[in-house]
Amino acid sequence: MAEVMERRYSGTPVRAPRVPVRPDEAAARRSLREQIAHLETELGALFCSAYPRTGFDWHVSSRGGPRVLSLVELEELRDELANRLSHNRRILGDRTYVEELNRCRIEEMLLAPEEHKWVVIRNEDIGERGCKSWHVRPRFGLLGMLMNWWRVRISSGCPLSRGRGPAPRPLTVRTT
Amino acid sequence: MIEPDLEVGWVAEDLALEFPELRLVYMTIEARPRASPPEVRSRLRTLADRYTGGKAVTLRQQAVPWAYRVFFRQVGIDPDDNRTPVEAIALERMRAGGFPSRNILDDALLIATVETHVPILAFDEDRLDGPLGLRLAGDDERLGGSGRPLSSRQVVVADADRAVAVLFLDTAEGRGVHARTERIRLASVQVKGVPDVSVEEALWIARETLLGEV
Repeated sequence: MAEVMERRYSGTPVRAPRVPVRPDEAAARRSLREQIAHLETELGALFCSAYPRTGFDWHVSSRGGPRVLSLVELEELRDELANRLSHNRRILGDRTYVEELNRCRIEEMLLAPEEHKWVVIRNEDIGERGCKSWHVRPRFGLLGMLMNWWRVRISSGCPLSRGRGPAPRPLTVRTT
Repeated sequence: MIEPDLEVGWVAEDLALEFPELRLVYMTIEARPRASPPEVRSRLRTLADRYTGGKAVTLRQQAVPWAYRVFFRQVGIDPDDNRTPVEAIALERMRAGGFPSRNILDDALLIATVETHVPILAFDEDRLDGPLGLRLAGDDERLGGSGRPLSSRQVVVADADRAVAVLFLDTAEGRGVHARTERIRLASVQVKGVPDVSVEEALWIARETLLGEV
């Protein structure tokens, strides 16, 4: 009896019996779907920030839908979206860094063209649309090269799809 | 709040557990496919003028197109591969330089989708059996009963008898609208994040365009 009393009040914690616990899969799936929605939001925002730059891969492989994805498939999709997002963020970060350098270089070219002979920077080099370019060329051709007269020539952009000004009038033959 | 002419389709329990906000809304109208009248063609031109490249790019950041993109992801479709209907329309607008008129039905569905960003499906009412709903495909099931085999647990639009379309992908042979169709059932799929009013407006715009009430 004394032994029993001692065991009961000895202060050692009594272990609860182990009951197998099944994780709440519905909650996990709900959470994963929310994470996918959140990642899609960020990916969409990044897509808009990256435009009009090219060279990004936005594809995340299809799972043969439309169907209810398993928990593992949802996890894989979430991970793939997260990887795609971080990869594209890194690429965009690198690109914007180079673009910023190019913008600074344009300013330097305008200030001292003779220090940037023959350099060409296009709109796509600064992450913008269009065909505009900054090109350091000698003034008066060969003479400018000999005299070290350099200037930045800024192109006027893409050619107009419909040509300059109104369309020419059709020729009419006057008959009297 | 559902308008009196609109009906809410059934959603199978297993699908509703996974996507509680998923809903199918539809209406039936008496209309025949025909060439679009000048007013509809004019409206297409106006809509095309409103669609610029910048707008097409930022489409995925708007609430309703975003909601469909997210749903596409969640059901295992890559929306950059199989475009959501509104993005497909925007891409086609950029490629073709406008919205060329095809017929009154295609034009009505396009106008409704461009205006509300909600996609609409059209079926031949006389080839459907009972109310429409959403469910998962069973084992060895075929699209339309005798069409191509469906993957198990694929999300399908179904009538009381058979699967009539794979959600956001293809419609079963003979269930869509054809030249001899007299009554059309217009259906719209609502996903999480899409307000009721957008779905109802999409169906009403399509209806009004088809009935010449523009």
